[in-house]
Amino acid sequence: MISIQGVSHAIGGKRILNDVTTQIAQGGITALIGPNGAGKSTLLSLIARLEPLQTGRILVDALEIGACSDQVLAQHLSILPQMADHTPRLTVKELVGFGRYPYNRGRPTAQDDAKVAQALDMFGLNLFAGRTLDTLSGGQKQRAHIAMIFAQDTDYVLLDEPLNNLDIAAGRSLMKTLQSMCADHRKTIVIVLHDINVASRYADHIIAMRDGSVIKQGRPAEIVDSSLLQDVFETDAPVVKVEGTNLVLM
Amino acid sequence: MNRRLWGLFALLLLSCAFYMLWGVRAPWSFVLPFRGVKLGALILVGCTVSTASLLFQTITQNRILTPSIMGFDALYLLLLSGAVFWLGGMTVAGARPQIVFLVTASALIIASLLLFGTLMRSVRGDLLRMVLTGIIFGALFRSLTSFLERMIDPNEFAVVQAASFARFTQIETDLLALSACISGITLLRCWAIRHRLDVLALGRDTATSLGEPPRRLELEGLILIAILVSVSTALVGPLAFLGLLVLSLARLVTPSEKHAILIPSAGLIAAITLVGGQAVMEHVMALSTPLVVVIDLLGGAVFLALLLKGSGR
Repeated sequence: MISIQGVSHAIGGKRILNDVTTQIAQGGITALIGPNGAGKSTLLSLIARLEPLQTGRILVDALEIGACSDQVLAQHLSILPQMADHTPRLTVKELVGFGRYPYNRGRPTAQDDAKVAQALDMFGLNLFAGRTLDTLSGGQKQRAHIAMIFAQDTDYVLLDEPLNNLDIAAGRSLMKTLQSMCADHRKTIVIVLHDINVASRYADHIIAMRDGSVIKQGRPAEIVDSSLLQDVFETDAPVVKVEGTNLVLM
Repeated sequence: MNRRLWGLFALLLLSCAFYMLWGVRAPWSFVLPFRGVKLGALILVGCTVSTASLLFQTITQNRILTPSIMGFDALYLLLLSGAVFWLGGMTVAGARPQIVFLVTASALIIASLLLFGTLMRSVRGDLLRMVLTGIIFGALFRSLTSFLERMIDPNEFAVVQAASFARFTQIETDLLALSACISGITLLRCWAIRHRLDVLALGRDTATSLGEPPRRLELEGLILIAILVSVSTALVGPLAFLGLLVLSLARLVTPSEKHAILIPSAGLIAAITLVGGQAVMEHVMALSTPLVVVIDLLGGAVFLALLLKGSGR
């Protein structure tokens, strides 16, 4: 369980998070949604220690962010940052191999090689294993990065808007892969999503934020409705139910 | 990849033999130590310049900038001129070169941590702003140096002037033993953190996710760079484009992102460039062209090509 206690955050004097206290349960996909500037990405960065905590505490199981060793934390929690335009000139296999770094500190063992092979296999990257990242499409590159995180084999996986720049096929296949990571490998995934419909369809739990505070949280079937859209996004789009999923009509 | 490294090593041995044994007219007992000391210095400079440049490119995550382009060695000369200005040329010239070197090098470490440590953070990831910052720094340090030089006594000016041009024929051999020890330890440290540097090269966020917080490693890298730049600048003076030239060559000859490959490969290529180039200049061209002119010409062309191609990152 990720426990967030009284977290506030300001950047350049501007308040981004306002005394956020919430919990993210173990297992399944938890989606952070909200309008631009709601503080979703900042909250995710704080959990992933990409930004130093200013006030409050964050605990990942028994590990306290900022206090526990970086190497130990890297064996429990990983993050896929927003895709930078910078692509290292690595082969896919080398990149996925870095996922084992928290365990081997750069000296791979036979067990690490097996984990890398398993990750390449699971994400269908065997054909690309020897190709360098700059020769791949956006979707393939994204898959390679997620395979690296899978090789890191952490209980908690954080993703910051991974659907940006993906077409609908790549986006769907990514979300399905994440679902199967939860179902088959008992991962806990926290994901920042832009599109509330994706969250409604794939997430097990939604945390809706606005102006640095958590407004509502719960199962998508229970909380995605017109009042949520009004409270969080300040728009009155209609919500319809299709095959058991609440969808917002744009 | 290992075969290529061995190939480079063989090429270096050949250049060394060429440098040491070609056209010997004086007695061997004189020539061997005379050339041997210079050979050692050239190899040392090659390793320090290439490793410092590689570290700098990893920390700043670009492939165009090197410590010399960002004005590290200009800063070294500024500190040296400052010492002559405030302490007097006779004090500096009279002091043992080892002491002068240690003091200037320590000042460079502190100054580069203050300047580059803070400024790099605010412009990181923005290549154009980095290039601009470097050009402005370099120009600033050089004008401050020449300002100080104008203020000091012409006799004292000679002390600074000797240090401010790249020179491979008059190497500060007094410093060789000391700088070999210091850079030996520094280079060993760079080798020891090679896997951590690989992770840092993936980007700050990914490095954090993999349990390698970038902050400390970047500070340590800046300190290592300052030491290595001090060594090479003290031995042969400022070398504008050598680092960039050899790193581009190293990435061609041994295409890898691993520091375990790039550190030795860039070091070997730099040593071959310096030893082989100097051998040709001394033995074949009879010192008609300074080697540094050729290196800067080629390196400058590479710099322009990289900048225009936009493959800096």
